Amino acid sequence: MDTYQLWISFYTMLRKDIVRMFRIWVQTFLPSVITACLYFAIFGTILGSRIGDMQGVNYMTFVIPGLVMLAIVTNAYSNTSFTFFQSKFFFRGIDEILVSPTPPWLLIAGFISGGVVRGILVGTLVLLVSIFFTGLHLAIHNILIIFGFAVLTALVFSLAGLVNGVYAKSLDAINIVPTFVLTPLVYLGGVFYSVHSLPQLAQYVTYINPVFYLINGFRYGFLGIADIAIWMSLSVLLGMIVVLVGINWYLIRTGMGLKQ
Amino acid sequence: MSTPALKIEHLTKTYATGTVALKGVSLEIPEGDFFALLGPNGAGKTTIIGITTGLVNKTGGTVSVFGHNIDKETEPAKMQIGLVGQEINFNPFEKPINIVVNQAGYYGIPRSIAIPRARKLLTDLGLAEKMEQNAMTLSGGMKRRLMIARALVNEPRFLILDEPTAGVDVELRRGMWEYLKGLSGKGLTILLTTHYLEEAEQLAKHVAIINKGQIVEQGSMEDVLAKHHSAESGTAGYRGGRLEEVFLKLTSEK
Repeated sequence: MDTYQLWISFYTMLRKDIVRMFRIWVQTFLPSVITACLYFAIFGTILGSRIGDMQGVNYMTFVIPGLVMLAIVTNAYSNTSFTFFQSKFFFRGIDEILVSPTPPWLLIAGFISGGVVRGILVGTLVLLVSIFFTGLHLAIHNILIIFGFAVLTALVFSLAGLVNGVYAKSLDAINIVPTFVLTPLVYLGGVFYSVHSLPQLAQYVTYINPVFYLINGFRYGFLGIADIAIWMSLSVLLGMIVVLVGINWYLIRTGMGLKQ
Repeated sequence: MSTPALKIEHLTKTYATGTVALKGVSLEIPEGDFFALLGPNGAGKTTIIGITTGLVNKTGGTVSVFGHNIDKETEPAKMQIGLVGQEINFNPFEKPINIVVNQAGYYGIPRSIAIPRARKLLTDLGLAEKMEQNAMTLSGGMKRRLMIARALVNEPRFLILDEPTAGVDVELRRGMWEYLKGLSGKGLTILLTTHYLEEAEQLAKHVAIINKGQIVEQGSMEDVLAKHHSAESGTAGYRGGRLEEVFLKLTSEK
């Protein structure tokens, strides 16, 4: 396939997924926005007024980047894991791509790009909603860092979702990881607090949580404050991308979970 | 002599469960042929098709499509193939037109070309009024025809049909055979697996019979029938067509 044909194949996969996610927007976009509204109302407005400041900014402003990141992470992950699992398990729609000349690396790119798009779209919606809770005020320290961390984080979790989708043999396997792994990692990764407010041991535990580095970098883009150096966050992010791309490449190229 | 549409040499396949599906199959389908691959359930027909189309990993041997080795020249090999699989494998929540157009996209065909092509195929196959409805509203026969339209949208030189008429009523089945005959007449190479042996006997120029992972007979339909069919065969009880008699003779457990 030449470059133009590769682009058409990629565009087909992405377009199909975007059409799907807009067709079922009540399932794909709405839940995260409603959940974020509840968080903003409860943690930001009701409890936040009693908590006061966190690292020199009011609590509502502090939690916004973390909650946007929560939406990006969960949506990017679940979009890729579910669409891939659905296409290989429910209708064997994945065969449509496997019999075509679309190369394995493009199949990976096609599936994860849908997750990235959904992660960014839902993250943007949550960010827009947050503005209503902050009196139409949004702190932005560095727009490039915000955008860069948002896209790279969506990419990481979209790639991780694809690994889950490849290995999953039942719908339970798709739901278990977000519920029992992803959500705790995000909640304990510093969405609601600064790592410096934790006891020493808990701080060490937090440092082995990869999500902590993503939230840290994202929050720096908004507020200009960080628990650790921004280059460390970026390094962890890029390292995760390299590892996950390698795993996905191996799985798809060998047809693991796809071909008999 | 032109390059064969499909050339399989010493193909073996052992599944992870330990089941040996193919035991050194060799097969050659000339360009423009209408080829019937016949065998009882579990003989290895679908495994051969799966390996050829990239849905199943082979254990050993080589497969070439119009001279393109499927391992070394995967993309050019796959460009030549259209597949109508045994199972219905499209998203029932999508519209037939989108299913066919998306398939074209995976072959790098832009929508500006794919949409009119898909409309024509669906119309030719009697799905004009259904192309904008959800695929779940289609009957069994319509779903099969949708799969044929999807397999043809990339204008393949080699069409593989794995039991395309399973569960289709007589009238629709005949219509489908006529359509395939028309395609064959235009030079498209067709590989067909079916359990409707009388129809295979009428349609196919060449035939291979596979049993327990091994080709037990192959050649032109006339030669195979002449070689194995005799007036005495099947004298007692029910008598089917000539190919059916040969098939039973070569694959029977007795």
